[in-house]
Amino acid sequence: MRERDDDLSQCVEEYEISVTANGNRYERTVPVRLLLSDFLRHDLRLTGTHVGCEHGVCGCCTVLFNGEAVRSCLMFAVQADGMAITTIEGMAGVNSELHPIQQAFREKHGLQCGFCTPGIIMTVHAMLHEHPDPTEDEIRHELSGNICRCTGYQNIVESVKLAAERLQAQRLEVE
Amino acid sequence: MKPPRFHYCSPRILDEALILLDQYGEDIKVLAGGQSFVPLLNMRLAAPVYILDINHITELRYIETEPGYLAIGAIARQRQIERSVLVQEKHPLLIEVIKHIGHMQIRNRGTVVGSVAHADPAAELPALLTCLNGEVLAQSVRGERVIKAEEFFTGYLTTTLDDGEMLTEVRFPWIAPQAGWSFIEFARRSGDYALVGAMAVLTPALDDTCISANIAYLGVAGSPIRAHAVERMLEGTRLDAQTVEDAANIARDVVGEDMRDVHATVEYRRELVSELTRRVLKQAWERRERQEEGAR
Repeated sequence: MRERDDDLSQCVEEYEISVTANGNRYERTVPVRLLLSDFLRHDLRLTGTHVGCEHGVCGCCTVLFNGEAVRSCLMFAVQADGMAITTIEGMAGVNSELHPIQQAFREKHGLQCGFCTPGIIMTVHAMLHEHPDPTEDEIRHELSGNICRCTGYQNIVESVKLAAERLQAQRLEVE
Repeated sequence: MKPPRFHYCSPRILDEALILLDQYGEDIKVLAGGQSFVPLLNMRLAAPVYILDINHITELRYIETEPGYLAIGAIARQRQIERSVLVQEKHPLLIEVIKHIGHMQIRNRGTVVGSVAHADPAAELPALLTCLNGEVLAQSVRGERVIKAEEFFTGYLTTTLDDGEMLTEVRFPWIAPQAGWSFIEFARRSGDYALVGAMAVLTPALDDTCISANIAYLGVAGSPIRAHAVERMLEGTRLDAQTVEDAANIARDVVGEDMRDVHATVEYRRELVSELTRRVLKQAWERRERQEEGAR
């Protein structure tokens, strides 16, 4: 992480930021009112992060900000200066092989229209990192910040269970 | 749904922030976690000329135990408190309350002090601060002042904070080890703002009567409400069934006459207050450390 050299103790309307997204470093000058969600989609062309309600209710725009799941529509791009972001584009492996969470959603039909899916995958990623073996209640509780209007959630819960199993098995193999 | 134009600053030192606040007065607004403020910007309900981002003022990231209270600095995240082993051990009611705020993604960014400063009457933390007789610390270039919760919240999203002042710390008093506590809220969907929430802290005396009761509600008026009448009714009793029933009955009065909206009528909120009062009183009293008569 780079130490910020410019002086932000004075007010500015534009600012040059350096952001690491999915391991790649980007430098851009942005207006300070630009939302992080719009920065990812429009400036970095990472359009996998979806924008639904733009006031923090729907969860579509969830990304990992220094490893923590956050609403990218409730942050400004300028706040991501010097930070590391992971979006849905950063989940698949080098040969485009799906991440175990993505694979589980595919197999268990954890999506229909897919609009909410990127946000849900990022949420699930953070959830399983903190609780590798969640109960069904915990899964449902942690999913409450992401709205899906197609699936009725049943298959999403099944997908998360399968993803948790696979990730646990992977971890055991490594050990 | 995009924020209006503004000027942005993000100093690293509190003193610089206070100078900016003094300089720009009512034209500048503080951005901490932004989980309530950024939606207001996105919906153009707020349009400040300047935004002061305090997220880089690392000296305000603290959680500290003081003799009378737990002190939380202005950029300590709600999740940071939730995960703190220290707070889990020493202030379990605060943990219980924080778990009810929004969703995990919101608590990852949202700050405790920001929620108090925002003063939403349906939010959990202003109600807890009111319940416990907590205090806030406001700082400005002119110095600092400590404000009691009941004097801080003056109405819907309104506090006694002056232009040029910033909330830098919130103080949650400790709960006596023998006291029982409970917090229950009713929301239509998990993570939504609750329609109504109730909290109680009941402290037993050596003869196992209730020596002090702290009861507060959220979502019942323009500010969080402390139910002094209910507290007085409980003090000196053993929380027998009839007392709890009477308390649940008079608690209905805390709901303001104007508390009707698309979500619920006044009468519905009164029913909720009554039932939640019954539940928190029972649960808090069960959780007390029973004081055996003659055991001293």
